Amino acid sequence: MNPGRALTVLVVVAMLAALLLAALDATTRDRIARNQAQQLMATLQAVLPTDYDNEPHLDRAMIAVPDGPGGADALPVYRARLGDEPAGLVLTAVAPDGYVDAIRLLVGVGADDRVVGVRVIAHTETPGLGDGIDAARSDWILAFAGREAGAADPAWALRRDGGDFDQLSGATVTSRAVLNAVRRTLDYYRMNREALYALPSVDMD
Amino acid sequence: MNTTNGNATFLSGLWQTNPGLVQLLGLCPLLAVTTTLINGLGLGLATIAVLCASNTLVAATRHWIHPNLRLPVYVLLIAGFVSAVDLVAHAWFFDLHGSLGIFIPLIVTNCVILGRAEAFASRRPVPAALADGLGHGLGFAAVLVVLGALREAIGRGTLFAGAGMLFGDTGAALEFRVLPEGVSLPLAGLAPGAFIGLAALVAGRNLLAKRRAARPGNRAKREQ
Repeated sequence: MNPGRALTVLVVVAMLAALLLAALDATTRDRIARNQAQQLMATLQAVLPTDYDNEPHLDRAMIAVPDGPGGADALPVYRARLGDEPAGLVLTAVAPDGYVDAIRLLVGVGADDRVVGVRVIAHTETPGLGDGIDAARSDWILAFAGREAGAADPAWALRRDGGDFDQLSGATVTSRAVLNAVRRTLDYYRMNREALYALPSVDMD
Repeated sequence: MNTTNGNATFLSGLWQTNPGLVQLLGLCPLLAVTTTLINGLGLGLATIAVLCASNTLVAATRHWIHPNLRLPVYVLLIAGFVSAVDLVAHAWFFDLHGSLGIFIPLIVTNCVILGRAEAFASRRPVPAALADGLGHGLGFAAVLVVLGALREAIGRGTLFAGAGMLFGDTGAALEFRVLPEGVSLPLAGLAPGAFIGLAALVAGRNLLAKRRAARPGNRAKREQ
């Protein structure tokens, strides 16, 4: 067939598809952003202590330090306060060494230097195996709750690595990646506790 | 299966040429997402939507698309529809979208869809192609739902877990236990359970088809 005509057909089809998607993207974008904000608030609540009177999802600072929890990427930290006193904060952590891809986590620490909770916010781990890190799929991630965050813990490793954390069965790499990311994040928290609460808050977007 | 009769076309997708149980197409999502009934239903609905839309459009444009251009054009169309379904699910079924994860975008690679476009819709009028898409979509979705229900009931002892993701707050009340707490066989929810469950369904379908063909007085039709 005539290559010019073939090209025209392909270009027209591609443009129609692009138009359809652009229109749909414009109509769904706000809704998706709202959903994501709502989900963020719900997840923050799950990893924060109950006693605070500000809006942690708005009290947000960005940290970008090479030895920080996320490497060079700027990651948000959310602060909860009761009056002017620190009530707890939530660090975003990235486990770059997940089985499939990087895993993003929220690590919540109370003002008493204890881990309130850890939740996965984005991952692409293997369904049925590594996706057990998702609190909706298994209770594994709840094992972090209540752990001491104020001092380095030598037992902070999987049992097979000499520590005292169980692993998800069939997902050693995933478990180890999450565990190490949380440990690095808490190390960072210990060194920068006061500074994290004092960082100026930045607006969304 | 050479009939253009819409009704027969539709029924064929449900039984004789069921994509999940007979053609054994699209097994990757079929095995992976059917950990619960609702997951299966969600992906089933998404697949029906994409299959109907792609079949219809492929049939409608069959006179303008040169055979040499078929594949790139179909892939473009299907990818466009899948992205659209992905956006809609992300906006209106946020939790379900999170729960199905990568498998909504992966509908693009589901061979059922390209297979129906290529084998059927590209040479039939629109109504027949739509009936074909609906039949095969429903047939595929039915397998997803039945396998999901089986694995959820045996593996977790519940049914309709996570129904709130699809039906809102009223749906959340749909969940109920079929087995007492603590009595379940987690294997059913894992990968081996998916294979065993699918094998059981395929065997069951073959058994029924054989019985039906053997029944005296039945139009001794070639049932596979």
